[in-house]
Amino acid sequence: MKEILHFLSEAKYSSFIIKIVIMTLNLIVFIVLALFIGVCSVLAVTTGRILRAATYLLFVLFGTAGIYFQLNYSFLGAVQLLIYAGGITVLYVFSILLTSSQGDKAEPLKSKKMIAGLASTLAGLGICLFVMLKHKYLPSKFVEGELDVRTIGHTLMGMDKYQYVLPFEVISILLLACIVGGIMIARKR
Amino acid sequence: MVQMELYLVVSTFMMFVGIYGFFTRRNLLAMLISVELILNSVDINFAVFNRFLFPGQLEGFFFALFAIGVSAAETAVAIAIIINIYRNIRNIQVKNLNEMKH
Repeated sequence: MKEILHFLSEAKYSSFIIKIVIMTLNLIVFIVLALFIGVCSVLAVTTGRILRAATYLLFVLFGTAGIYFQLNYSFLGAVQLLIYAGGITVLYVFSILLTSSQGDKAEPLKSKKMIAGLASTLAGLGICLFVMLKHKYLPSKFVEGELDVRTIGHTLMGMDKYQYVLPFEVISILLLACIVGGIMIARKR
Repeated sequence: MVQMELYLVVSTFMMFVGIYGFFTRRNLLAMLISVELILNSVDINFAVFNRFLFPGQLEGFFFALFAIGVSAAETAVAIAIIINIYRNIRNIQVKNLNEMKH
């Protein structure tokens, strides 16, 4: 009896340890993702060559998909990878290759303009961070578990309250208008 | 689990990096890349708020989903316009854009 109790308490202890380890691993993954996103986004707006900027943008989008996966939103992460990383980046690379010649570099920025942009951006960042970190949010809790695709499908196609068939149809019309508009604008005349 | 504020700090940083790029870049495609950064950071915010504050609901999730779709449409039209500008003035620098007037 005593042994069993001892074993149980040890099992409890080990599950606690496992919880701590998982939390630490989550934190490590998050820190790696955050550093990756931060560095790549800064490089994307400061690098001189535009093709490199598009590549860094691709890395930022991968990092964002990683954050969605970490939040257990696998569907959103897959959509991010498919549409952003797969579609939009290819569009960017093609249009960059079409519109800029080889070895094209951005002319260096005037330091006055750069300082003005940097100062206004830093001021905005400071204000936003201050407000965000001071604000008292609702009690936040992280519920583990994957959002299953059946729920997503029913919510996307349902017509009740908090279901989204109308935005779905509207966005399909938007995409149609976008295709027609793209062809109209870009066609040769 | 990681605290919610850490995710928000990352997305805020990304948003202001995008704004900085929008202020300082002089190439239309580079400005569009900065706009993508801004849109992407907002999508992160929607997903994070939905996951941490309203775990039983799906509003933020679907808003992020539709925002991704809308930004794809926006990018396609903007790139069509930029290619058309390039065809007219052989250049996509912002300072040359007023040549499109005459």
